Amino acid sequence: MEAALGLMRRIPPKHSVTALSALVSLLPNHSSDLLSQVDQPLQVLCDSESGKEFILCEYNRDADSYRYYEGGISSVYLWEDNNEGFVACFLIKKDGARTAHGRRGYLQEGLWEAIHVIEVGPEDETTRYCLTSTVMLSLTTDKESSGTFNLSGSIRRQMTMDLPLADGHLCNMGKMIEEMEGKLRNSLDQVYFGKTKEMVCTLRPPSEVVMRLPNS
Amino acid sequence: MAEEECELSDEQKKEIAKWFLYNAPSGEIQYIAKDLRSVLNDDKLYDEATSEAFPLYNKSHLICLELPCRSGDVLITPYNELEENQFIEPRTAQIVTIDHVKQACTEVRPAADEELASPYVEEFRCALDAEILKYVEEAYPKGVCSVYCVDGKDAEGPGCNFEFAVVIAAARNSPKNFCNGSWRSVWNIKFKEDALEIKGKLQVDAHYFEEGNVQLDAEQECQDGTIFQAPDDCAISIANIIRHHEAEYLKSLETSYSNLSDKTFKDLRRKLPVTRTLFPWHNTLQFSLTRDIQKELGIGK
Repeated sequence: MEAALGLMRRIPPKHSVTALSALVSLLPNHSSDLLSQVDQPLQVLCDSESGKEFILCEYNRDADSYRYYEGGISSVYLWEDNNEGFVACFLIKKDGARTAHGRRGYLQEGLWEAIHVIEVGPEDETTRYCLTSTVMLSLTTDKESSGTFNLSGSIRRQMTMDLPLADGHLCNMGKMIEEMEGKLRNSLDQVYFGKTKEMVCTLRPPSEVVMRLPNS
Repeated sequence: MAEEECELSDEQKKEIAKWFLYNAPSGEIQYIAKDLRSVLNDDKLYDEATSEAFPLYNKSHLICLELPCRSGDVLITPYNELEENQFIEPRTAQIVTIDHVKQACTEVRPAADEELASPYVEEFRCALDAEILKYVEEAYPKGVCSVYCVDGKDAEGPGCNFEFAVVIAAARNSPKNFCNGSWRSVWNIKFKEDALEIKGKLQVDAHYFEEGNVQLDAEQECQDGTIFQAPDDCAISIANIIRHHEAEYLKSLETSYSNLSDKTFKDLRRKLPVTRTLFPWHNTLQFSLTRDIQKELGIGK
């Protein structure tokens, strides 16, 4: 199982859907573990089972009420767990290419997907909230002159907080997620852009740098 | 052991294993192979998959192997392959036999005359090799390069066409820092009667995997040309063209990065909501979905 997770860490993120289904077919006995531990791109479905869900879906997509995201889609699921608490799962998906209305137009393809899972402990003086967040990002530019350029992947972080219930679960969880997404966004900036760009410049330093080096 | 209904055939498992190996990021195929061995749990299948996938991976990634006795390096590419495990190293005129799965040289011998290019072609190749070597040493901290004759190696004199492949590879593997990357450029040069046709393919990839899995995958093709001259002049001309295009590509990568960071990323997720303050979790009632839904449906009020 560890080996399977190791493979998922190395395979190019753009192939992650294929890789996961390949692993599930190679290791059918571990399929539920694999599916629950490996984050996959979010599928958007319009659910017409119960009136409320349907409206929720439609509403999030069209209106600007969730002002974080210009035209993002979000869903929330909650279920009880075995420890007298419950688990909440917040899913957010934003497609930058389609909804930017060509305003900035650099992205041929751009996807932000966030999965936040909060395990909420039993209610007490303070309640323990355990948040595991994964953000998956996929960016492809379409500037013809530079060929293809694809930067994609995911990063994952965890945060645990003990908070009083005075403000209510929604407030506590909302703040945690907001803080976490802020941190993740900054990490992404450093990791996606910073580290990979650093690698490129290490492989072949820009000409100005090279000129300054003494002739060996 | 009872077969499960959805059990894959050995052939299917092998194809999956080969897919994983072939898609390994630069410098990571051995790690992937190790994990795959665990997952497959079938050494015979593992050996078959690796023996088929490693050669493709090695040639596609232009891996560089050290020659025995530290006499230099040999690049493993589709352009200098003589037979499945044999590659020619023209700078030192040697033929190297390798073990693809171990990624190591097993045998070296001097090249026979008929395996090398004709003196006429070799003059051009050698001059170009020297210029490219100079360029790579100056532009790449850890680059390796070679020039191979891929067509027309027996050309005797002017009027006969021939073709070279210039291969430049630089890899930076830092598994302890969870970061690996590689630069590969292949330049195809067709020497025709009065002109040289030059086509380049540049590929860069980077993989960062501390607490995540982030990969850059970029490539670019370009074309150029120049006139047919004496070997030394051709060499200088070609090297300059290569130097120019590669520097331009690097600049455009930097532009892509700064555009992505400044503009595009903002499209996906702002640092703060439009209201420029953090979301008022206390007061979500001002954004009540239920109230708005009620309004829309004309219920309640």
